Amino acid sequence: MEPLINAVPYTGWVYPNETIFEWSVLIAVYPYLTGLVAGAFTVSSLYQVFGFQRLKPVAHLALLTSLCFMFFVPLPLLLHLGHPERAFNSTLTPHWTSAMAAFGYIASFYVGLLMLEAWFAYRPFIVENAQNKKGLLGAFYRVLTLGSYDVSEKALRIDQKWILWLAIIGIPAAHGLHGYVGFMYGSLKSREWWSSDLMPVIFLFSAIISGVSLLAVIFVVSSKLRKIPIDLACLKGLAYTIWGFIMVALVLEGLEFANIVYKGREGVEMIMEYVTGPLLVPYFILQFAVGAILPFLWLSYMIWRGTTGRALIIGVTTCAVLVLFSVFMMRWNVVIGGQEISKTGKGLMFYQLPILGKEGVLMSAALIIAPFLVLVVLTRLFPPWEHEATTSSSLHAS
Amino acid sequence: MTNESKPKLAARREFLAKLARTATCAGAVVGAAAALGVMQNVAAKSESKSTGGSFPTKDYDWTKHQWAFGVDATKCIGCLRCVEACKTENNVPRNAHQFRTWVERYVYLEGEDKPRIDSQQDPVNIEASGSEKEYRFANRYKDAKVEKAFFVPKLCNHCNHPTCNQVCPVGACYKTEDGVVLIDHDYCIGCRYCVQACPYGARFFNEEHGVTEKCTWCYHRITKGLQPACVEACPVGARVFGDRRDKQSPISLFIRNNRVQVLKPETGNGPNVFYVGIDKEVV
Repeated sequence: MEPLINAVPYTGWVYPNETIFEWSVLIAVYPYLTGLVAGAFTVSSLYQVFGFQRLKPVAHLALLTSLCFMFFVPLPLLLHLGHPERAFNSTLTPHWTSAMAAFGYIASFYVGLLMLEAWFAYRPFIVENAQNKKGLLGAFYRVLTLGSYDVSEKALRIDQKWILWLAIIGIPAAHGLHGYVGFMYGSLKSREWWSSDLMPVIFLFSAIISGVSLLAVIFVVSSKLRKIPIDLACLKGLAYTIWGFIMVALVLEGLEFANIVYKGREGVEMIMEYVTGPLLVPYFILQFAVGAILPFLWLSYMIWRGTTGRALIIGVTTCAVLVLFSVFMMRWNVVIGGQEISKTGKGLMFYQLPILGKEGVLMSAALIIAPFLVLVVLTRLFPPWEHEATTSSSLHAS
Repeated sequence: MTNESKPKLAARREFLAKLARTATCAGAVVGAAAALGVMQNVAAKSESKSTGGSFPTKDYDWTKHQWAFGVDATKCIGCLRCVEACKTENNVPRNAHQFRTWVERYVYLEGEDKPRIDSQQDPVNIEASGSEKEYRFANRYKDAKVEKAFFVPKLCNHCNHPTCNQVCPVGACYKTEDGVVLIDHDYCIGCRYCVQACPYGARFFNEEHGVTEKCTWCYHRITKGLQPACVEACPVGARVFGDRRDKQSPISLFIRNNRVQVLKPETGNGPNVFYVGIDKEVV
């Protein structure tokens, strides 16, 4: 049987083995999902640790969102492996010099932390349901109590302490997880487009804006679906957060590009040909102009004018959607873009995205949509909006 | 508590504060030392070689050899027998996109600053051979005025500090005691991080087997005293192979008698394929 290979078209001089594109769209989806996790967690931490009271309505939603997306983070990687059944080799016998070796540990640690924090956050709710619900659902909540039915004020105060500390540990964990994803690319010296010290920080800040934007969209949509008025203070808080971080993200990305151009090392001519040619639309127009600068200006305008009401909701939601799109384009432009520039510095390749197959459009879309479906189920089991009642002894009240 | 005098309490508090400060400092020092230790162990140049007894056969002692490869580009005639030999010897997929070794052609035409570069995988050359399974350089410049032209055989550089080795998350890629970079195909997970990390484009992913593949300098042959297949097939002696421990081996003589250079020295990888007669445009 002839092995299945898909060679890509190219121009100029590229190494023969490069004509097969090795890291597909799935490898762009992977950092995208990880970024959403880290970003959503940032929102929960802004409330739990830094006391941003106006983000309280989304604090639990942020935790659930982070958890749902984290479940799917390993999937694009597993689908991409030549031997997925050997995936655990990297955890059982990690080769520590590899930036990839720690992934299993960091990801598992983070999932554990998220689940623990969510458990503490939802404990009063779980106990209440364990006592009131009957049948299978009741049994489900009773198992989840882990035998602890103590919801006295003292116990809840201890819970809050746990939540605070888990949120504090979660900040370096979530951001470490994503900064590390950036390091995987930035540390490779084989490609000028990747090899940058700024890469981990760029990944981190784009992660934060994507996660906060995701939450803004989910918050607005869920409020609409539940037919309740949207908490404008909270939405404004999310908008401020996006606005603040998008500035840093833009500056960092600008600096990175300026560095490549200004240093003008070998192969820069090919990079310039690339960014002004095939990458012009995805990079300058979609990622920067439409996805980052437009929402930044729009948000600035709304903050300046003190926009509120319907205009604020529409504005912030649109900006959030644009940012989500921009960050996906950023992942695409790094992962796919990096491979489209030949290691020879003398040629370009053109990735062709298949529709079907395990590394195609449909699979990628499914991987991005799946966490939302899980989130719908989880919000049914653990409503993040009913928490004002159950967490009245919240951290900042105490 | 109430019975204790105030100075006593203050002293205790001060002691605890001191203890906390000391613990913080100690923690910081230990943390920094640990970070330093980690950095030293994962840095590109500190990757250790694989160790073990005799390998792979009892007749072969890998501590007694240090293999290296030489390419004399002035001799290469671009016949591509090396590529054929490699594909056959190592069961490399017979297509125009996956090679353990390949040959590049650099042609400077009159009035042009930059060379025109192609290899046997170029569609024009594939068309000339008539099949993706056979390789030949098409005579595409016969009507042009050629100022300078030469061929450059390429293969894995079996670097002293292989980036591919460094990034392998499971350690399936390793450097042997005798200087060869190998892949354990029973352990490779097929993540292709190494394919990305190799600056030379020497690796490819074998879809059929789900693992990464590359040149091994025909390790199965050299450990039995034979030459790599490409070296044996070369009709003009453009490819040289041998043991650097043996001062009279072909490779030792090649390196001693020529002014050799390596590809992309700026990567710090320390390649072990030494070139003679290549041009600044060769990357």
